[in-house]
Amino acid sequence: MSGLTPGFRGHRRIESDRVPPGQYLTEDFPVLSAGPTPSIGTDDWTFTVVAETGERHVWDWRQFAALPQETPTADIHCVTRWSKLDTTWKGVSIDTLLAEVDTTADFAVVHTFDGYTTNMPFADITDGQAWVVTEYEGEPLAAEHGGPARFLLPHLYFWKSAKWVSAITLHDEDNPGFWERAGYHDYGDPWLEQRYQSGW
Amino acid sequence: MNDHIDGNMLAGALWQVFRPDITAAQARCAGCGMVGPVAGLTVYADAPGTVARCVRCEQVNLQLVQSPTDLWLSTTGLSFLRFRIPGQ
Ligand SMILES: [Zn+2]
Repeated sequence: MSGLTPGFRGHRRIESDRVPPGQYLTEDFPVLSAGPTPSIGTDDWTFTVVAETGERHVWDWRQFAALPQETPTADIHCVTRWSKLDTTWKGVSIDTLLAEVDTTADFAVVHTFDGYTTNMPFADITDGQAWVVTEYEGEPLAAEHGGPARFLLPHLYFWKSAKWVSAITLHDEDNPGFWERAGYHDYGDPWLEQRYQSGW
Repeated sequence: MNDHIDGNMLAGALWQVFRPDITAAQARCAGCGMVGPVAGLTVYADAPGTVARCVRCEQVNLQLVQSPTDLWLSTTGLSFLRFRIPGQ
Protein backbone atom coordinates (compact mmCIF):
# COMPACT_ATOMS: atom_id res chain seq x y z
CA MET A 1 0.00 0.00 0.00
CA SER A 2 1.04 3.66 -0.18
CA GLY A 3 2.27 3.48 3.43
CA LEU A 4 5.27 1.40 2.26
CA THR A 5 6.50 3.83 -0.38
CA PRO A 6 9.63 5.99 0.19
CA GLY A 7 7.40 9.04 0.54
CA PHE A 8 5.79 7.55 3.63
CA ARG A 9 6.81 10.16 6.22
CA GLY A 10 5.99 13.27 4.24
CA HIS A 11 2.82 11.67 3.00
CA ARG A 12 1.64 10.90 6.54
CA ARG A 13 2.38 14.39 7.76
CA ILE A 14 0.24 15.87 5.03
CA GLU A 15 -2.46 13.27 5.74
CA SER A 16 -2.61 14.29 9.39
CA ASP A 17 -3.62 17.79 8.30
CA ARG A 18 -6.60 16.15 6.64
CA VAL A 19 -7.87 14.40 9.77
CA PRO A 20 -10.32 16.50 11.81
CA PRO A 21 -9.95 16.74 15.62
CA GLY A 22 -10.98 13.62 17.54
CA GLN A 23 -10.80 11.37 14.45
CA TYR A 24 -8.48 8.45 13.58
CA LEU A 25 -7.59 7.17 10.12
CA THR A 26 -8.78 3.79 8.92
CA GLU A 27 -8.09 1.81 5.79
CA ASP A 28 -11.27 -0.22 6.30
CA PHE A 29 -14.74 0.95 5.39
CA PRO A 30 -16.74 0.20 8.54
CA VAL A 31 -20.40 -0.63 8.01
CA LEU A 32 -22.79 1.24 10.29
CA SER A 33 -26.44 0.33 10.21
CA ALA A 34 -29.46 1.38 12.21
CA GLY A 35 -31.65 -1.35 10.74
CA PRO A 36 -31.84 -4.26 8.33
CA THR A 37 -30.11 -3.73 4.97
CA PRO A 38 -32.83 -3.19 2.37
CA SER A 39 -32.62 -5.07 -0.90
CA ILE A 40 -33.46 -2.61 -3.68
CA GLY A 41 -33.33 -3.79 -7.26
CA THR A 42 -32.41 -1.25 -9.92
CA ASP A 43 -35.71 -2.08 -11.68
CA ASP A 44 -37.57 -0.74 -8.63
CA TRP A 45 -35.21 2.17 -7.97
CA THR A 46 -36.19 5.78 -8.57
CA PHE A 47 -34.76 9.06 -7.38
CA THR A 48 -37.06 12.02 -6.72
CA VAL A 49 -36.47 15.71 -6.12
CA VAL A 50 -39.39 17.62 -4.64
CA ALA A 51 -39.13 21.42 -4.49
CA GLU A 52 -40.79 23.49 -1.77
CA THR A 53 -43.47 24.37 -4.33
CA GLY A 54 -44.41 20.71 -4.77
CA GLU A 55 -42.73 20.53 -8.18
CA ARG A 56 -41.42 16.95 -8.66
CA HIS A 57 -38.67 15.46 -10.80
CA VAL A 58 -38.27 11.69 -10.94
CA TRP A 59 -35.56 9.56 -12.57
CA ASP A 60 -35.57 5.80 -12.96
CA TRP A 61 -32.31 3.84 -12.97
CA ARG A 62 -31.86 4.03 -16.74
CA GLN A 63 -32.60 7.77 -16.88
CA PHE A 64 -30.27 8.37 -13.95
CA ALA A 65 -27.43 6.46 -15.61
CA ALA A 66 -27.83 8.63 -18.70
CA LEU A 67 -27.15 11.84 -16.73
CA PRO A 68 -23.63 13.32 -16.77
CA GLN A 69 -21.53 11.26 -14.37
CA GLU A 70 -18.77 12.61 -12.11
CA THR A 71 -15.99 10.78 -10.24
CA PRO A 72 -15.43 12.65 -6.97
CA THR A 73 -12.54 11.76 -4.64
CA ALA A 74 -13.36 12.62 -1.05
CA ASP A 75 -12.13 12.33 2.54
CA ILE A 76 -14.97 11.05 4.71
CA HIS A 77 -15.42 11.49 8.46
CA CYS A 78 -17.77 9.38 10.56
CA VAL A 79 -19.05 10.78 13.85
CA THR A 80 -18.03 7.45 15.45
CA ARG A 81 -14.48 8.82 14.98
CA TRP A 82 -13.08 7.04 11.93
CA SER A 83 -11.94 8.99 8.90
CA LYS A 84 -11.00 7.60 5.52
CA LEU A 85 -8.99 9.56 2.94
CA ASP A 86 -9.21 9.61 -0.85
CA THR A 87 -12.33 7.51 -1.27
CA THR A 88 -13.40 7.40 -4.92
CA TRP A 89 -16.97 7.42 -6.15
CA LYS A 90 -19.00 7.73 -9.32
CA GLY A 91 -22.35 9.43 -9.51
CA VAL A 92 -24.39 12.45 -10.41
CA SER A 93 -23.83 15.89 -8.92
CA ILE A 94 -26.78 17.39 -7.05
CA ASP A 95 -26.21 20.46 -9.26
CA THR A 96 -27.17 18.30 -12.25
CA LEU A 97 -30.28 16.98 -10.45
CA LEU A 98 -31.34 20.50 -9.50
CA ALA A 99 -30.65 22.05 -12.92
CA GLU A 100 -34.30 21.98 -13.98
CA VAL A 101 -35.72 22.61 -10.49
CA ASP A 102 -37.18 26.02 -9.74
CA THR A 103 -36.41 26.66 -6.07
CA THR A 104 -35.53 29.33 -3.54
CA ALA A 105 -35.35 26.81 -0.66
CA ASP A 106 -33.03 27.38 2.29
CA PHE A 107 -32.97 23.75 3.52
CA ALA A 108 -32.95 20.19 2.22
CA VAL A 109 -33.92 16.80 3.62
CA VAL A 110 -32.44 13.60 2.19
CA HIS A 111 -34.77 10.56 2.34
CA THR A 112 -34.01 6.86 1.95
CA PHE A 113 -35.82 3.66 1.01
CA ASP A 114 -35.72 2.50 4.64
CA GLY A 115 -37.29 5.63 6.10
CA TYR A 116 -34.14 7.41 7.28
CA THR A 117 -33.89 11.18 6.95
CA THR A 118 -31.12 13.73 7.34
CA ASN A 119 -31.18 17.49 6.95
CA MET A 120 -28.79 20.19 5.80
CA PRO A 121 -28.83 23.76 4.50
CA PHE A 122 -29.58 23.97 0.79
CA ALA A 123 -26.32 25.89 0.28
CA ASP A 124 -24.41 22.77 1.38
CA ILE A 125 -25.66 20.52 -1.41
CA THR A 126 -24.93 22.81 -4.37
CA ASP A 127 -21.75 24.06 -6.08
CA GLY A 128 -20.10 20.64 -6.41
CA GLN A 129 -20.41 19.66 -2.74
CA ALA A 130 -22.83 16.71 -2.97
CA TRP A 131 -23.65 13.75 -5.20
CA VAL A 132 -25.88 10.72 -5.54
CA VAL A 133 -23.30 7.97 -6.08
CA THR A 134 -23.73 4.47 -7.53
CA GLU A 135 -20.11 3.25 -7.58
CA TYR A 136 -17.39 3.02 -4.93
CA GLU A 137 -13.74 2.34 -5.86
CA GLY A 138 -14.77 1.42 -9.40
CA GLU A 139 -17.42 -1.14 -8.42
CA PRO A 140 -21.20 -0.96 -8.13
CA LEU A 141 -22.01 0.26 -4.62
CA ALA A 142 -22.59 -2.72 -2.33
CA ALA A 143 -25.93 -2.88 -0.50
CA GLU A 144 -24.19 -2.72 2.90
CA HIS A 145 -22.68 0.63 1.86
CA GLY A 146 -26.00 1.96 0.56
CA GLY A 147 -26.30 0.44 -2.90
CA PRO A 148 -27.72 0.83 -5.39
CA ALA A 149 -27.20 4.50 -4.55
CA ARG A 150 -26.24 6.65 -1.60
CA PHE A 151 -25.99 10.36 -0.95
CA LEU A 152 -22.44 11.74 -0.66
CA LEU A 153 -21.88 14.96 1.30
CA PRO A 154 -18.27 14.58 2.41
CA HIS A 155 -17.72 17.95 4.11
CA LEU A 156 -20.17 17.05 6.91
CA TYR A 157 -20.13 14.01 9.22
CA PHE A 158 -20.91 10.87 7.26
CA TRP A 159 -24.33 10.21 8.83
CA LYS A 160 -25.47 12.97 6.44
CA SER A 161 -24.34 10.79 3.48
CA ALA A 162 -27.45 8.64 3.69
CA LYS A 163 -27.41 5.07 2.37
CA TRP A 164 -30.20 3.76 0.06
CA VAL A 165 -31.09 7.30 -0.95
CA SER A 166 -34.49 7.77 -2.60
CA ALA A 167 -35.27 11.50 -2.60
CA ILE A 168 -34.31 15.03 -1.73
CA THR A 169 -37.02 17.41 -0.58
CA LEU A 170 -36.45 21.16 -0.47
CA HIS A 171 -37.89 23.39 2.24
CA ASP A 172 -38.10 26.97 3.46
CA GLU A 173 -37.51 25.84 7.05
CA ASP A 174 -35.14 23.37 8.70
CA ASN A 175 -36.52 19.86 9.43
CA PRO A 176 -34.17 17.86 11.65
CA GLY A 177 -33.65 14.25 10.51
CA PHE A 178 -33.38 10.84 12.15
CA TRP A 179 -30.20 11.47 14.18
CA GLU A 180 -30.52 15.25 14.33
CA ARG A 181 -33.80 14.85 16.27
CA ALA A 182 -32.20 12.35 18.64
CA GLY A 183 -29.19 14.22 20.01
CA TYR A 184 -26.81 14.66 17.09
CA HIS A 185 -25.81 18.09 15.87
CA ASP A 186 -28.08 19.78 13.35
CA TYR A 187 -25.18 20.74 11.02
CA GLY A 188 -22.31 18.33 11.83
CA ASP A 189 -19.08 20.03 10.71
CA PRO A 190 -16.25 17.56 11.51
CA TRP A 191 -13.62 20.33 11.64
CA LEU A 192 -15.60 22.04 14.41
CA GLU A 193 -16.39 18.68 16.10
CA GLN A 194 -20.12 19.36 15.86
CA ARG A 195 -21.04 15.86 17.03
CA TYR A 196 -23.90 16.47 19.46
CA GLN A 197 -26.51 19.09 20.17
CA SER A 198 -25.11 21.64 22.56
CA GLY A 199 -26.89 23.74 25.16
CA TRP A 200 -29.40 22.42 27.66
CA MET B 1 -39.19 12.98 71.27
CA ASN B 2 -39.60 12.26 67.60
CA ASP B 3 -36.09 12.31 66.15
CA HIS B 4 -36.75 10.07 63.14
CA ILE B 5 -38.76 10.12 59.96
CA ASP B 6 -40.23 7.15 58.14
CA GLY B 7 -38.66 5.00 55.45
CA ASN B 8 -40.59 6.62 52.63
CA MET B 9 -38.08 9.39 52.83
CA LEU B 10 -35.48 6.91 51.57
CA ALA B 11 -37.26 6.65 48.25
CA GLY B 12 -35.58 9.64 46.70
CA ALA B 13 -32.11 8.43 47.63
CA LEU B 14 -32.65 4.73 46.94
CA TRP B 15 -34.16 5.50 43.53
CA GLN B 16 -30.58 6.11 42.46
CA VAL B 17 -29.74 2.47 43.19
CA PHE B 18 -32.98 0.56 42.70
CA ARG B 19 -34.07 2.04 39.41
CA PRO B 20 -36.87 0.41 37.48
CA ASP B 21 -35.39 -1.81 34.80
CA ILE B 22 -36.58 -0.30 31.54
CA THR B 23 -35.93 -3.52 29.64
CA ALA B 24 -38.68 -5.15 31.75
CA ALA B 25 -41.17 -2.42 30.85
CA GLN B 26 -43.92 -3.18 28.34
CA ALA B 27 -43.63 -1.11 25.17
CA ARG B 28 -46.32 -0.52 22.56
CA CYS B 29 -45.11 0.05 18.97
CA ALA B 30 -46.65 3.23 17.55
CA GLY B 31 -46.52 1.67 14.10
CA CYS B 32 -48.28 -1.68 14.44
CA GLY B 33 -49.51 -1.76 18.03
CA MET B 34 -47.37 -4.71 19.09
CA VAL B 35 -46.96 -4.84 22.86
CA GLY B 36 -43.99 -6.58 24.42
CA PRO B 37 -41.06 -6.08 26.77
CA VAL B 38 -38.37 -3.59 25.77
CA ALA B 39 -35.94 -6.50 26.09
CA GLY B 40 -37.68 -8.12 23.12
CA LEU B 41 -36.93 -5.30 20.66
CA THR B 42 -34.41 -5.79 17.85
CA VAL B 43 -31.36 -3.66 18.64
CA TYR B 44 -28.85 -2.22 16.18
CA ALA B 45 -25.81 -0.90 18.01
CA ASP B 46 -23.39 -0.40 15.07
CA ALA B 47 -24.70 3.06 14.31
CA PRO B 48 -24.04 6.61 15.53
CA GLY B 49 -26.47 5.74 18.31
CA THR B 50 -28.38 2.66 19.40
CA VAL B 51 -31.61 1.90 17.57
CA ALA B 52 -34.29 -0.49 18.84
CA ARG B 53 -36.88 -1.64 16.31
CA CYS B 54 -40.20 -3.42 16.59
CA VAL B 55 -39.71 -7.15 16.13
CA ARG B 56 -42.89 -7.32 14.03
CA CYS B 57 -42.92 -4.24 11.76
CA GLU B 58 -39.29 -3.01 12.07
CA GLN B 59 -40.38 0.53 12.90
CA VAL B 60 -37.85 2.40 15.03
CA ASN B 61 -39.23 2.33 18.59
CA LEU B 62 -36.33 3.78 20.59
CA GLN B 63 -33.16 5.71 19.84
CA LEU B 64 -30.32 6.25 22.31
CA VAL B 65 -27.55 8.76 21.72
CA GLN B 66 -24.77 9.20 24.26
CA SER B 67 -22.29 12.07 24.36
CA PRO B 68 -19.58 12.46 26.99
CA THR B 69 -22.03 14.46 29.10
CA ASP B 70 -25.57 13.55 28.05
CA LEU B 71 -27.85 10.67 27.16
CA TRP B 72 -30.73 11.24 24.76
CA LEU B 73 -33.59 8.76 24.73
CA SER B 74 -36.08 9.20 21.89
CA THR B 75 -39.32 7.27 22.25
CA THR B 76 -41.33 8.71 19.36
CA GLY B 77 -41.78 5.23 17.88
CA LEU B 78 -43.67 4.06 20.97
CA SER B 79 -47.20 4.90 22.05
CA PHE B 80 -46.49 3.87 25.63
CA LEU B 81 -44.00 2.42 28.07
CA ARG B 82 -45.68 0.56 30.98
CA PHE B 83 -43.72 0.11 34.20
CA ARG B 84 -44.64 -2.08 37.16
CA ILE B 85 -44.49 0.04 40.29
CA PRO B 86 -41.90 -1.56 42.58
CA GLY B 87 -43.35 -3.15 45.69
CA GLN B 88 -46.98 -3.22 44.49
ZN1 LIG C 1 -44.43 -2.50 15.12
